[in-house]
Amino acid sequence: MAKEELIEVEGKVVEPLPNAMFRVELDNGHRILAHISGRMRMHYIKILPGDRVKLELSPYDLTRGRIIYRE
Amino acid sequence: MIVPKSDREIKIMRESNQIVKEVLNELSLRAEEGITTLELNRLAEKKIRKQGATPAFLGYRDYPFTICASINEEVVHGFPSKRRLQDGDIISIDVGVCFQGYYGDAAVTVPVGEVSEQALRLIAVTRESLNLAIEKVQVGNRIFDISAVIQDRVESEGFSVVRDFVGHGIGQKLHEEPQIPNFRMDEGSSQIKIKPGMVLAIEPMVNVGSCEVDILADGWTVVTRDRSLSAHFEHSVAATADGPVVLSA
Repeated sequence: MAKEELIEVEGKVVEPLPNAMFRVELDNGHRILAHISGRMRMHYIKILPGDRVKLELSPYDLTRGRIIYRE
Repeated sequence: MIVPKSDREIKIMRESNQIVKEVLNELSLRAEEGITTLELNRLAEKKIRKQGATPAFLGYRDYPFTICASINEEVVHGFPSKRRLQDGDIISIDVGVCFQGYYGDAAVTVPVGEVSEQALRLIAVTRESLNLAIEKVQVGNRIFDISAVIQDRVESEGFSVVRDFVGHGIGQKLHEEPQIPNFRMDEGSSQIKIKPGMVLAIEPMVNVGSCEVDILADGWTVVTRDRSLSAHFEHSVAATADGPVVLSA
């Protein structure tokens, strides 16, 4: 099968939610629900509203994402 | 999410994969000089339907045929056509069926008549890398272990592994998670641990030259960019507590 890559996008955190989830506004204006990657949790990387972050989206569900990098 | 298959489900998947195996066996015998790949396609469809199964590829994302027939520099997803097989060709035949709601998927590459020493070595190494990979389908191993053993075997012979296409989970859908790259990858599915009940379709695609590939204008046929020979083998393998069970063997 063809390899399917995750889509990488950037956005800004607008609101922290329970369970290490965040509402993130993407640069294209869409607001999505994002959780924080396990590796970032392991290293206790804190995320606050206003932070710029990199996310991965699955091509199948563009309303959810995974935060993989905080700038 | 990866849902493990029950023993009952695996039993059905064995049946669908056995149909695939029988079709592949027949097509490999028929793949001789002079036959067209369209004839192979017809044979396959007839045989699949006779067993009460349906061709899995036909109509999948609008794929127009029952089998994929990829000759020489074609890597995968070659369209069956009126092209006649010639002495010295190598052909990869990929077959998928759906039986009682469960999918089977496997592929082989066979030589047509007398082929070059290099082509034979390519086929042998690709098959061997798949066999090594199957041994890695042990509960507790990771997808990464499968990828690594394929890449090492292939590259130790100076061949290369295609990056743009990968193996996959299989079950009630033809393609399920996880993706199974045939090369080391840091991110993605690599770290997923193999659990009992996972069924994996492992499919190394190996080129004599560089690993780069192109897709032709038909939107499907994948060819090596340098037009070097390419081989492809695939088995659907269930992970069990007692080790790997090759459903399509």
